[in-house]
Amino acid sequence: MRKTFTAIAATLLASSVLVSAAQAETLRWARTSDALTLDPHSQNQGVTHTFNHHIYETLLDRDLEGNLRERLATDWYVKEGDDTVWVFELREGVTFHGGEEFTAEDVVFSIERAKSENSNMRQLHADVESVTAVDDYTVEFQMAGPSPLYPNNVTNTFIMDMGWSEENDLQSVQDFGAGEENFAVRNTNGTGPYVLTERDPDVRSVLTAYQDWWGEASDVTEIVYTPIADNATRVAALLSGEVDLVQDVPVQDIDRLSGTDGVKVETGPENRTIYFGYRMDDEPLTSSDVTDENPFANPLVREAMELAIDREAIRQVVMRGQSIPTCVNMPPFVNGWTEELDACPAVDLDAARALMEEAGYGDGFTVTLDTPNDRYVNDEAISQAVVGMLGQIGIDVTLASRPVAQHSPLILNNQTDFYLLGWGVPTFDSAYIFNDLVHTKTDDYGTYNIGLYSNPEVDEMIQSLGTMTDLEARDQVIADIWEQVQEDRVFLTVHVQELAYAMRDDMTLAVHPENQPSMVDVTYE
Amino acid sequence: MLAFILKRLAQSVLVMLVVALISFTMFRYVGDPVASLVSQEASIADQEQLRERLGLNDPIVEQFFRFVGNALQGQFGISYRLQQPVSELILSRLPATIELAFASATIALTLGIILGVFTALKPQSPVSGGVMAFSLVGVSLPTFLIGIALIYIFAVELQWLPSFGRGDVVDLGWWNTGLLSESGLRSIILPAITLSLFQMTLIMRLVRAEMLEVLRADYIKFARARGLTDRAVNFGHALKNTLVPVITITGLQLGSVIAFAIITETVFQWPGVGSLFINSVAVVDVPVMAAYLMFIALVFVVINLIVDILYYLVDPRLRVGGARGGH
Amino acid sequence: MSASAPPGRRPMGLFSRIIDSDIFYSFRTSPVAVVAASIALILILAAVFAPWIAPYNPFDPRTLNLMDGYTAPMETSFAGNYFLLGADHQGRDVFSTILYGSRVSLLVGLSATLFAMTLGVSLGLIAGYRGGFTDAIIMRICDIQLTFPAILIALLIFGVARGLIPPSQQESTALYVLILAIGLSNWAQFARTVRGATMVERQKDYVAAARIMGVHPLFILVRHILPNVTGPVLVIATIGLALAIIEEATLSFLGVGVPPTQPSLGTLIRIGQQFLFSGEWWILFFPALTLVLLALSVNLLGDWLRDALNPRLRK
Repeated sequence: MRKTFTAIAATLLASSVLVSAAQAETLRWARTSDALTLDPHSQNQGVTHTFNHHIYETLLDRDLEGNLRERLATDWYVKEGDDTVWVFELREGVTFHGGEEFTAEDVVFSIERAKSENSNMRQLHADVESVTAVDDYTVEFQMAGPSPLYPNNVTNTFIMDMGWSEENDLQSVQDFGAGEENFAVRNTNGTGPYVLTERDPDVRSVLTAYQDWWGEASDVTEIVYTPIADNATRVAALLSGEVDLVQDVPVQDIDRLSGTDGVKVETGPENRTIYFGYRMDDEPLTSSDVTDENPFANPLVREAMELAIDREAIRQVVMRGQSIPTCVNMPPFVNGWTEELDACPAVDLDAARALMEEAGYGDGFTVTLDTPNDRYVNDEAISQAVVGMLGQIGIDVTLASRPVAQHSPLILNNQTDFYLLGWGVPTFDSAYIFNDLVHTKTDDYGTYNIGLYSNPEVDEMIQSLGTMTDLEARDQVIADIWEQVQEDRVFLTVHVQELAYAMRDDMTLAVHPENQPSMVDVTYE
Repeated sequence: MLAFILKRLAQSVLVMLVVALISFTMFRYVGDPVASLVSQEASIADQEQLRERLGLNDPIVEQFFRFVGNALQGQFGISYRLQQPVSELILSRLPATIELAFASATIALTLGIILGVFTALKPQSPVSGGVMAFSLVGVSLPTFLIGIALIYIFAVELQWLPSFGRGDVVDLGWWNTGLLSESGLRSIILPAITLSLFQMTLIMRLVRAEMLEVLRADYIKFARARGLTDRAVNFGHALKNTLVPVITITGLQLGSVIAFAIITETVFQWPGVGSLFINSVAVVDVPVMAAYLMFIALVFVVINLIVDILYYLVDPRLRVGGARGGH
Repeated sequence: MSASAPPGRRPMGLFSRIIDSDIFYSFRTSPVAVVAASIALILILAAVFAPWIAPYNPFDPRTLNLMDGYTAPMETSFAGNYFLLGADHQGRDVFSTILYGSRVSLLVGLSATLFAMTLGVSLGLIAGYRGGFTDAIIMRICDIQLTFPAILIALLIFGVARGLIPPSQQESTALYVLILAIGLSNWAQFARTVRGATMVERQKDYVAAARIMGVHPLFILVRHILPNVTGPVLVIATIGLALAIIEEATLSFLGVGVPPTQPSLGTLIRIGQQFLFSGEWWILFFPALTLVLLALSVNLLGDWLRDALNPRLRK
């Protein structure tokens, strides 16, 4: 009896040693919300992309510093002699979960699908005229003109298998109007490190390691993904050991979590700025007691506001240290960022009041500030703090706080005088900011130029950026635009927000600048 | 009898139509689904195109009739958010909500009647006072706070019970249940208690009030005078007569429990229709919101119908009124 | 004022009538009622006189210093301000915010309940008394109303109001919209109960007799039927008031309600709830305690009043 026991124990011991060599672990991962769909091209949304990155793969993706990194493509370059063509060389020996081999035709199919009418990714590939397979492992992208930064746009465009897709009628993306469900919404066939084995939207999804994945096998062999919307419940789940990793940690709970045995917190900046914008055109504001002119159109008022905002206090109190105060509307990851642009003037209430006096608003004025309350880290509290700070210089701000679903329409329809918004820069280049936030509002540009800033010279410079191939000259134009933007105080930027991931303390996962961590990168002690 | 039921049925259909109209038109104002559907860099032309494809630019009347027509066939379209057929989504979430609602209704009804009867029979007892006061504390706290407090005490500090979800679910084909696994049973305890507290207090106070009233009635005095035992008087006569209004309120409340579960489900991440609804509100997922409201309306209309019929059977005097109303 | 009132026995008489009344007797002899009334009175007075009692004005952003944030109760912040019950995440004095917040909560709760009660009782009486078609119409509206949980109706009304009111006006009208939304979402319970009681009462001989005698229906309703439904209405109104205050809190939890710069108790609880795990318990605890005390004392008071007003319970 005793002998058998020892024998069994020995076997168990031996097997556990074997296992620990390639530590098979199940990772229980919780965050605020679920992936909206598994269709790779249907939604251009961070949470969805993060989840799908585990199943599908892209040609390129980003490392923790935000640099482009090879994934399904092993090399990429502008074709010699023709600066309007991008060449991608593909990884060989890659197979889809269904066993199909990955080849150039899959890339051609996927990019065309991503460009199709109902795709939410099409904007990123608007400059692609055609994609052709040169051979099984080389693809050429014919661009409308020179597009030196195009590879930045492929990091969230997933590659599907052409055969499987055609078999299941997936040539086009989900059409809401048609009222039919697309097969790809619930079924997957990617080349990624995990295979979907269970899916109950909003409740629970299970992913298991794909045995034939081309990359180095991860310690995490199974992922159980659980969306938990309520902050307190999510934190409680980690504290009580029901999950191993919480991706969206409220800043105020970081201390408590770090101080708990068996739990640790990783923090890092996100590639996103939080800023205030104001209507700068000459029309009077709709929510102000100044009805004959627009106070924000006066540069002195904008300067006064800049001097009145105590970003350091916001960092310390509202953000509990989890932010990087900045005075330029651009995260440090982005091409064009410099320390000089980033620097903030010292808070000077007396100077700010004097400027208000000089502008003719010594008695102040009223205005309504529109803020979301469920979108960015402590968005409502930031706005509330700014209301207090602007109160000090006589600007009497009424705070209108709404869920992002109601805030967004106000923004998109230009129904706001003064607003808070966050801006992520997935291409890591200033042009992305200029196109949508700085260029005069037209059909193609300035979608989020809610301040209605308009400067024809700047517009011209912005448009020239798209096709410039001399990167040095291009960087100079970017610097020139920023100089003008800063001089005109187009934005009242507050900070770059930091993200926190809380996890079991025997595992490690670094914060990803786009908040798109991969569980492949998790390591165990 | 048949005429009465038929009349009520007709009224119910009318109610459903009005609910459909109200919910549909109201959603037009709650928010713009397009803003949450499009990506950060979608151009204005793209947004306009999506709006057109979703039929949001059609005349509102046309949109409404399309909605009702589809609803009659059980078609509520595709969820904007999850891109799956709405009816399927709701059906898959229904078991969770119904199990939670029944668990909490059972707790509420059992404890409510027991405590109500007890406090009515022994109004002077300090225990009664304590129960009354405690029940009031329960009603005086917002549901979400109770839920979070329970999570904090029983899941985080004591670590006795799970803080979220439904545990292991057994799939029976047409139904999935959490009541057959240990983790499922453990998971339902905290949300069910949270959800039941409010209803329990309501039922308890109602039973107590009605019971006190009935106990003073002459026929009870006669019964006592005739020498019937306390037991027979209290339970045979008093409690029986108390139950009529209790049936009404409890019946009406059952629908409320299902609807009220929104908050509890959100706090406990309970995968029912309520949390589905709240998640949909956040992004203005109109098909899901409309279908949910229609579903809740259906539950209420059915319950109302049953309560009315029960009333009709229990209190013969109402039959006179019912018949008169038909003239 | 006092000069215009004739010095006579009338006011005195009214006073002594109150002192001698059954209700006051029952009040005096019920310690629970006295305690509940005192607490409710203190809270209400504190709310009404908040601008004179509160050491700070938390609704005036100019007086706030963000660096006072998270100061613990009975401590002085490094900016030199003293906070009896601590400061919240914006550096607001929790004690002052509670005083001002109770004002908002009470205003919303009382107005909404009064609104719901007036509407519900009137419709209930009419439906129960008239019966037939009128009854069917009113009760079907009632069904529709009950079809949606109060919180959902309030959300919808709030949403519609948001759609109808231009964005720049929404904040200044938020309070009224809230009262309307909560009031409109709670009247059906009144109507249903009153209607049921009226239907039963209407069958009774004395009502039939009065009808035959040609007494005006309005008189019958107010004089004979209304007193008989006072009990249940008061129970519902009692729970209704607490309910309205809690509903406001829940709406705040879901992110709609009064602006966070002018918070109600509910908004304060929603904000404080975020600090449950991080150790700043006072931001949640004191507003929650005030809300519970307020709702509890109102509930207890209504409970007592219900017994006291019920003629059949008088000894």
